[in-house]
Amino acid sequence: MSEQQTLWQFMSMESDKLLNQTLQHIGLTFISLLFAIAIGLPLGILIARKRKLSGTILGIAGVLQTVPSIALLGFMIPLLGIGAKPAIVALLIYALLPIIRNTYTGIIGIDKHITEAANALGMSKLQILLKIELPLAMPVILAGIRTATVINVGVATLASYIAAGGLGEFIFGGISLNNTNMILAGAIPAALLAIILDALLSIIQRLDFKKLRRILTAFPVALVLFSALYILPSAYGSGLKAGFTPEFMGRQDGDLGLKSAYGLKIQTVVISDAVMYQAAYSKELDVISGYSTDGRLKAFDLKILKDNKGIFPPYYAAPIVLQSSLKKLPGLEDALNLLAGKITDSIMTDLNYRTDYLHQTPTQVAKDFLIKNKLYKTPRNGNMGTVKIGSKIFGEQYILAEIYSMLIKGNTDYQVETKTGLGGTKICFDALVNNQIDFYPEYTGTGLLAILKPDAKLVTKISSDRDETYRYVRAEFLKKYNIKWLKPIGFNNSYALMMRQKQSAQLNVNTITDLKNYLDKN
Amino acid sequence: MIELKQVSKKYGDTIAVNKVSFKVEEGENLVLLGTSGCGKTTTLKMINRLIEPDGGQILINEADVLQQNPENLRRGIGYVMQNIGLFPHYTIEENISVVPKLLKWEKKKTADRIYDLLKKLHLPENILQLFPSQLSGGQQQRIGLARALVANPAILLMDEPFGALDNVTRSKIQEEFKELEELKRKTIVMVTHDVLEAFELADRICLMDRGEIKQIGTPKDLLFKPANDFARKFLDGQRLALEFKVIKISDLWPNLPNAANNDAKALNPAMTIWSVMEMLSSKGTTELSFVNKNDERKVVNFNELSKAFNEYKKHLQP
Ligand SMILES: Nc1ncnc2c1ncn2[C@@H]1O[C@H](COP(=O)(O)OP(=O)(O)O)[C@@H](O)[C@H]1O
Ligand SMILES: [Mg+2]
Repeated sequence: MSEQQTLWQFMSMESDKLLNQTLQHIGLTFISLLFAIAIGLPLGILIARKRKLSGTILGIAGVLQTVPSIALLGFMIPLLGIGAKPAIVALLIYALLPIIRNTYTGIIGIDKHITEAANALGMSKLQILLKIELPLAMPVILAGIRTATVINVGVATLASYIAAGGLGEFIFGGISLNNTNMILAGAIPAALLAIILDALLSIIQRLDFKKLRRILTAFPVALVLFSALYILPSAYGSGLKAGFTPEFMGRQDGDLGLKSAYGLKIQTVVISDAVMYQAAYSKELDVISGYSTDGRLKAFDLKILKDNKGIFPPYYAAPIVLQSSLKKLPGLEDALNLLAGKITDSIMTDLNYRTDYLHQTPTQVAKDFLIKNKLYKTPRNGNMGTVKIGSKIFGEQYILAEIYSMLIKGNTDYQVETKTGLGGTKICFDALVNNQIDFYPEYTGTGLLAILKPDAKLVTKISSDRDETYRYVRAEFLKKYNIKWLKPIGFNNSYALMMRQKQSAQLNVNTITDLKNYLDKN
Repeated sequence: MIELKQVSKKYGDTIAVNKVSFKVEEGENLVLLGTSGCGKTTTLKMINRLIEPDGGQILINEADVLQQNPENLRRGIGYVMQNIGLFPHYTIEENISVVPKLLKWEKKKTADRIYDLLKKLHLPENILQLFPSQLSGGQQQRIGLARALVANPAILLMDEPFGALDNVTRSKIQEEFKELEELKRKTIVMVTHDVLEAFELADRICLMDRGEIKQIGTPKDLLFKPANDFARKFLDGQRLALEFKVIKISDLWPNLPNAANNDAKALNPAMTIWSVMEMLSSKGTTELSFVNKNDERKVVNFNELSKAFNEYKKHLQP
């Protein structure tokens, strides 16, 4: 067991990254804000002039804002690729509504006698806009900018999903790695940033007209200055570009191992698992960190590079169950064990392929699988209690949760409640420990490296042998958490480096060592 | 000089102003009078093109306003409105300086002019650095007037300029307004729905109803030679008060008894019956004496006044 690190230790150890991410975060927020103001302010003015357009434009901006951020980022990839551009555009879209709306309401809220007086005195349309309407609407406009800023600080954490950096790298890395310090190192600065910017803007907003005038001249300068903090991640070098998940970045059987065992040096961005495969397919990335059973491997025509030094040991997947639940729900263990050894690597890849690529529902895929293996039984609709199943937020776990749900309904008298999409390992595991769920499917490697976190020596000793790993986590989980690892489902899920089939053939890169040699040569 | 020829304005199906024609001579004060919604404001705003007419012609000093750049046109016409419309984010000084700035006046010239105006309008100088919200209603209205007058426009348009004031402040400002030397030279079109105010301030009154002119003439014309039933009924409610405001001692001159003594405090017979009655009731005296240009002298008390008034009115009946 490695020594418990304090948050402060983590922050000072990672201070370079922290500073970099914070600056990136501020930069992202302000660049997008700058563009949002540049677009939103004129649009707000336009619809204040031509009110007939206001419904349409506010409607569109409103709808755009309700698009879930992850989905929006996903939509951006085919259009703008990954990195800064799509992140800025996505943030801009979120910031647009409050700015347009407040500019509009600010201007139309001005007492019409004031604008009429300005008109009657012989001011031109432009003079009225600049000297009367905008200054009078300014407190309302600033309130909109304030809202947009706070929204942007929050949404900018998601920029790390598409390799645009920011404090989200720590937050989502921490969630995947079950590293609280890492989460806090990202979340605390992000929260502080939101609070400070909100407070600053609320002060400006409440200034009287005289002081406001002076501040407002400084405002654009500050905006541009902060924007400059985000030095756009440099364009593609001649070499290859890798995209790794936040979790992969922090794991011994991940980026750390690639560096120490292979000495691999590759330009790397942090990216979400959800968009990584797509990005590789559309040539935004050349090398990605995937899972060996992932259906998208097949869908996007990717090839696994052989791990010739064995840093990605294969791990079993198995349901982990609270001991208390097993006692409370007799027969549950037998029902879950019906699946033991039934799903091989190729079956799992195929099941994943069906949901990820053929877009069949996890329920359909689960049922087909069970029927084919003669494991399907009609639900008994029993009423002896409820089993709560959890799953992490990716396709394979959804399918497993569905399969288990059908097995329980068909073989026991329990009802089932599924809580799918419990984020990363940390969220799922915490839910289990706190009795929010009775069990979820976990991987021995994750149990070892992300939850138990023994010291490096022990890891190297046991992790090359999958059965030894299984025995170790099973024993430790029982002892530490009163959680039982049931029998392995059969397939081995491990990390893998992947490239496009075509590129791998072209460059003649088939193993990770090949990749390293290729990179060193170029 | 302002001239409207057959000017009309429609809003959808409502005809706000229907073929209105009138002339306002140099230095004259024409009051547009009528109930709310009769088209007064619309008529007024077409003069400085805040509203564009659908038909007809508007000439200022013989030049068609529609041929002129609207902004330049407006900079040469003072405009005062009921809601004042001071800019809340401008200081009083900045508010008054708007037109001089647009006309690119030198700072010194503007400052001198503002100083001059403040004195005339009985406003303290320290008011200049305040914001409109820090002023009383009466002060705000005076600033509105100052803003309209600052660049010495030959024409002044006023839309219910005293409408937002309480009664006491209103009569005080009306009084000041009548006394203000600057205004006597200006061509003024003023809108009001208040009959007494119209009679108080107008050289001529243009009585309107449903977008049309019902009668145009001096206050006396409207009172004693109503052109139609509408005009007669419109004034009926306040007829006596209006007559007192319109008829002067000089009008009653032949019907008043001659004075015996040479009162040194004899008054000018240009006074209206209204003001004489005010004096009689407030001063505690029962008699006032008057002297005209020909050195004829008359003496007036309540009784004599009402007798003379009744006789005068008998004469007017056809
Ligand atoms: N912008 C407008 N749109 C539609 N109707 C209007 C508009 N302005 C004025 N009107 C109508 O035109 C008529 C004259 O209005 P207005 O000139 O403001 O009257 P006044 O000043 O005499 O009270 C009224 O019936 C009013 O409802
Ligand atoms: Mg009006």
